[in-house]
Amino acid sequence: MSLLTVAGLSKEFGGVHAVEDLSFTIHPGTIHSIIGPNGAGKTTLFNLITGVYVPSRGSIRLDDKEIAGRRPSELAALGMSRTFQNLQVFFNMSAVENVMVGHHLHLGRGFLPALLRLPSVVRRDRACRAHCIELLEFVGLGRYVGAEAASMPYGALKRLEIARALAAQPRLLLLDEPAAGLNATESREIDEVIKKVAATGVTVVLVEHDMKMVMGISDHILVLNYGRKLAEGTPAEVRANPEVVAAYLGAQG
Amino acid sequence: MWKSPRTGGLGLLAVLLAAAPLTFPNAYFYDVAVNALFNAVICVGLNLLIGYGGQISLGHAGFYALGAYGSAILVGRYGLPPLAAMLVSATGVGMLAFVVGRPILKLKGHYLAMATLGIGIIIHIVLKTESGLTGGPDGMGVDPFQIAGFAVSGDKAWYWVGAALLVLAVWLALNLVDSPVGRALRAVHGSEVGAEVVGIDTTRYKVLVFVVSAVFASLVGSLFAHKNGFITPDIGSFFRSIELVTMVVLGGMASTFGAVIGAVILTLLPQFLAAFEDYEAMVLGGIMMGTMIFLPKGLLPSVRGLWARRRAAP
Repeated sequence: MSLLTVAGLSKEFGGVHAVEDLSFTIHPGTIHSIIGPNGAGKTTLFNLITGVYVPSRGSIRLDDKEIAGRRPSELAALGMSRTFQNLQVFFNMSAVENVMVGHHLHLGRGFLPALLRLPSVVRRDRACRAHCIELLEFVGLGRYVGAEAASMPYGALKRLEIARALAAQPRLLLLDEPAAGLNATESREIDEVIKKVAATGVTVVLVEHDMKMVMGISDHILVLNYGRKLAEGTPAEVRANPEVVAAYLGAQG
Repeated sequence: MWKSPRTGGLGLLAVLLAAAPLTFPNAYFYDVAVNALFNAVICVGLNLLIGYGGQISLGHAGFYALGAYGSAILVGRYGLPPLAAMLVSATGVGMLAFVVGRPILKLKGHYLAMATLGIGIIIHIVLKTESGLTGGPDGMGVDPFQIAGFAVSGDKAWYWVGAALLVLAVWLALNLVDSPVGRALRAVHGSEVGAEVVGIDTTRYKVLVFVVSAVFASLVGSLFAHKNGFITPDIGSFFRSIELVTMVVLGGMASTFGAVIGAVILTLLPQFLAAFEDYEAMVLGGIMMGTMIFLPKGLLPSVRGLWARRRAAP
């Protein structure tokens, strides 16, 4: 059974068709990459799936439940979590607090207990902090635990967003260019993190330009061009597809 | 218990409040001190909205005045016990804030500032014109605050009420900020879309903190009315709203103790600048501009930052 089913999805901005009549499915437990030239509609697609944009037409189903047009916070409660290409870090908070916000849905959120700082709130917060420190270590940010997010370097912030997304304990994790702006070493580390996450059973969907990473870790690749599906398949199939080579891979080398 | 800055700061505040009266030579000092304490409580609430929630209200004096007039009218005309009148007024103000905030806070951006500007002005006008109920521009008298047969009277007694209330307000605010609710609130300020994708209903938290800050203002308004014994519509003027925002900005946004310091400074300042009374609005404007230019984070966070740098560089 598929985890996510997209059918006939379209999004128009004025007269521009950012995503047009797109259909595909994502199976649980796989690493799924979305590639395509700049402006192909990858980030728009992410924003549609996660509820940041409302589709013009089409359906998005999570576990056979229609989710098109739902708010991102509702989708998070259904087990979806994501990172952003242009960072959406909470720069007014520390690193570990950023990750703790990610754990929001799994904490007691009552107003009065928080206001009175009941022992139960303190206890759960302490456990949450310990868990979030582990997550920071997991993504390789162990030395930034107490650091202010505003003082952290770009590469660390990308990983901070991954840790925050993981703190939400998602079933479906969408990463928008996790390796963008990273050097080769950092990129390989992110690679490892993604593989480890996928190994725990989380389904990962990835938008990425780093072809080495995409070809190395993906189970399945979807190629977009001008908002439409150009090709789909395993890394080997995509690499052998002449249309893909012409539209995208050829341009690289 | 003194280890964390949280309990340490609260303890220091309590000690300072207990010791301050030793330096008061006469009753007038108590009167000014009570006003400073009351402003500080409003600012602790307002700072939750402005400093932590990232929203601006230009109408908090209106909520404050509604609390004051609510208490004055419910006690004076309908004979409610003062405590009940205070709670009824605060509930009403909370509901008003909810009704106004809910549709506006669904939007991203600073629309709340415009809406509260309007509400504040409307409240001010209504208090002025509904003279049958409020006494109009001449104001109205207010009965003393009585609870279980005892009346709180005299500036000394009000000082201790104000001090206790401030310690309580600071404690509650510190609790809230360092909880899942407070983190969600700060996250909304940091990035609304970032907060949404981890499951935070951003509208809900913005409305919550707006209502809480309005209730703080209303409760203090009620107490002020009883303490002063007489109120006029000008306690809810637009200028007063700006004054409250300036206190928060000067003391330090997203700093509870900063809000207290800002409120105390700006309450005491006119006492030292009595000669400049006619230019009070200009002085306030000057302070606001100076803070934004030289101390954009506000007094306390800037001083704290300086201190941290000193210690880091031996």
